[in-house]
Amino acid sequence: MNRNMLLYDINQLLFFGVMGVSFLACAAYLVFFISQKNHIRVWARSILTVSWLLQTAYIAARYLAIGNTPITTYHETVFFFAWATTSAYLSFRWRYTVRNFGTFVSLLIFGLLLVSSFTSREVIPLEPALQSWWLPVHAGISLIAYGFLALAFCGGIMYLLQERELKSRRLGYFFSRLPSLDALDQLNSHCLALGFTFLCLGMVTGLFWSKQAWGTYWRWNPKEVCSLVIWLIYLVQIHQRFTVGWRGRRAAIMIVVGFGVVIVTLWQVLT
Amino acid sequence: MFQKHISLLGVNHKSTPLEIREKMALTDGYEGPLSRLRDQPSVQEYYLLSTCNRVELIWVSDDTEKTTESMLRFLFGDAVTQQDWGKYSYLYHDGEAVKHLFRVSASLDSMVVGEAQILGQIKEAYRYASQYGCTGPLLNKLLHKSFSVAKRVRSETGIGSSAVSISSAAVELARKIFGNLSDKKVLLIGAGEMAELAAEHLIGQGVQSVAVANRTLSRAVALAKRFNGKACSLEELGSQMEQVDIIVSSTGASELIIRSEDVKPLMRTRRNRPLFFIDIAVPRDLDPALNELDNVFLYDIDDLSQVVEMNRSERQKEAIKAHRIVDEETLKFSSWQESLTVTPTIAALRRKADAICEQELAKTLARMELDSAERDKVEKLARAIASKMLHNPLRYLKSESCRKGDELKIDMVRTVFGLEDDDPE
Repeated sequence: MNRNMLLYDINQLLFFGVMGVSFLACAAYLVFFISQKNHIRVWARSILTVSWLLQTAYIAARYLAIGNTPITTYHETVFFFAWATTSAYLSFRWRYTVRNFGTFVSLLIFGLLLVSSFTSREVIPLEPALQSWWLPVHAGISLIAYGFLALAFCGGIMYLLQERELKSRRLGYFFSRLPSLDALDQLNSHCLALGFTFLCLGMVTGLFWSKQAWGTYWRWNPKEVCSLVIWLIYLVQIHQRFTVGWRGRRAAIMIVVGFGVVIVTLWQVLT
Repeated sequence: MFQKHISLLGVNHKSTPLEIREKMALTDGYEGPLSRLRDQPSVQEYYLLSTCNRVELIWVSDDTEKTTESMLRFLFGDAVTQQDWGKYSYLYHDGEAVKHLFRVSASLDSMVVGEAQILGQIKEAYRYASQYGCTGPLLNKLLHKSFSVAKRVRSETGIGSSAVSISSAAVELARKIFGNLSDKKVLLIGAGEMAELAAEHLIGQGVQSVAVANRTLSRAVALAKRFNGKACSLEELGSQMEQVDIIVSSTGASELIIRSEDVKPLMRTRRNRPLFFIDIAVPRDLDPALNELDNVFLYDIDDLSQVVEMNRSERQKEAIKAHRIVDEETLKFSSWQESLTVTPTIAALRRKADAICEQELAKTLARMELDSAERDKVEKLARAIASKMLHNPLRYLKSESCRKGDELKIDMVRTVFGLEDDDPE
């Protein structure tokens, strides 16, 4: 009992730490976006890395406190979503840089964390039928897929902003700050490919989990239908991109819309 | 007291018309003029900058009046009569001269404010000057400072960051669309002068190839040869547009050459790779509706001028910041120069020794319990050591060789004792 109280306190502390540090990272990225001073970017990135460490610690502490992977309630899922997005961004950033990408991503991460802070942090015991190691594998992989799709969403927004300035011939605030259309399009392509790969893995593991829990692979319940819709939306995009060379504005709009559907149905897919 | 003065004499695109600048005999590289400058009397250090827009002469001497006249004679030769010398040139001394050089190096005095070329030219001229032993401690410091001022202005203001000519604006836009230009192909339609200029700029950015299409094929062939590209006729436009990425059009045709309907079906075979149309013809060659196609970007001459105009006014704003930096650095340099005389150096040296004594005494005495007689003795001891240590350096500073105003020696003493760091600003 005493141990649980302690874990609960650590949990609380870590959560506030994550919120505070992520807010700082977001603010630093915004200051960088406005001032374009490079040393601020280095700071912002370090702060975001600290935020990632704290997020990881929070998930670990919650795992210890409740005994199963914290990926089942609204709060846990949205938090894990934010963690996956941060991880995806940091892993991506490690390979190559896209100018001012961090500002958009850190805003999204902070937004997700904010949503998670407004949901109940109460622990809901898991139905015995669902207790299986398929659960963390399936949910984890799916959320990592969402993390990459979230990056693609940020890239899509940036693409649309830059494209609008170029098309309108009024080169304003974003023109010098955002990277070239080509760089953004490539970024979207990469994120989409990675995200879709994880999405497929998530679907497959979901099937096995369903088989184990309910004895059948597919039951046509709303949750499954929603996942199928999301999967089809991204399948079409991938197909168009790699066969007829779909790109540019329309592709960026599809990425943004696709992610919108992900967010809306996330509430459905949950529980 | 011998005081050295820095003077600057120059002509530039604002002060002097081109006809006169052309006549001034400083266009034969640096070697000749620099060796002629060596024979000027009373000039201790000198530096010459000569570009197509300006000639700047900087020298150090202790007799400004006499040297100014001989320098004017050197600069103008027979190109201008003596009474017009003042009209066509500008002359600055000391702080003003330093400020002018900093402005030039920061590209605030250039025809196109913020262009980066001038700094390279100043550096090249300095290489020659130091190679022929023309500069000494004062000008070495001054020129190195001017490089760092230029660098500071560039990094702290946005003065050189945006394009201010039609063709560089086109390149800037192409970069924002394509990112890397090294695998991109350019097609010129019409062989006008503007198209040529734009193509040169794009080649400077490393585009892969240039093709030229023109009504008269011979003209296209001639231009294509210049760019190492290939020529084609206007009938081949359709197939060309499937391959190229940037199209610059500048024909004298009175009606549209490329219509939106012509390009739309091509986008599928292009696999939607972006197309950038630049229309610098008046009347326009390209259908304005092209801009509405996905992945197609169209800029005409008015759009480009608008971009340039916007960037220009942005640069003017940034120039105000840059002037402040230049003023600041000029003050710093002047105070450094003033410190290079014997009297302030001796005072600074004494101040430093006193400060060290006070500091160390305070530290030691705080930990000891001494009566006032003993305290006195310890204080005396410390001061005696300090002044014995300073004895020789001070004698050296007061000696005849330093009294003449040998900046190198004074600067050395200041550096050895670290006097620059603790001078009151």
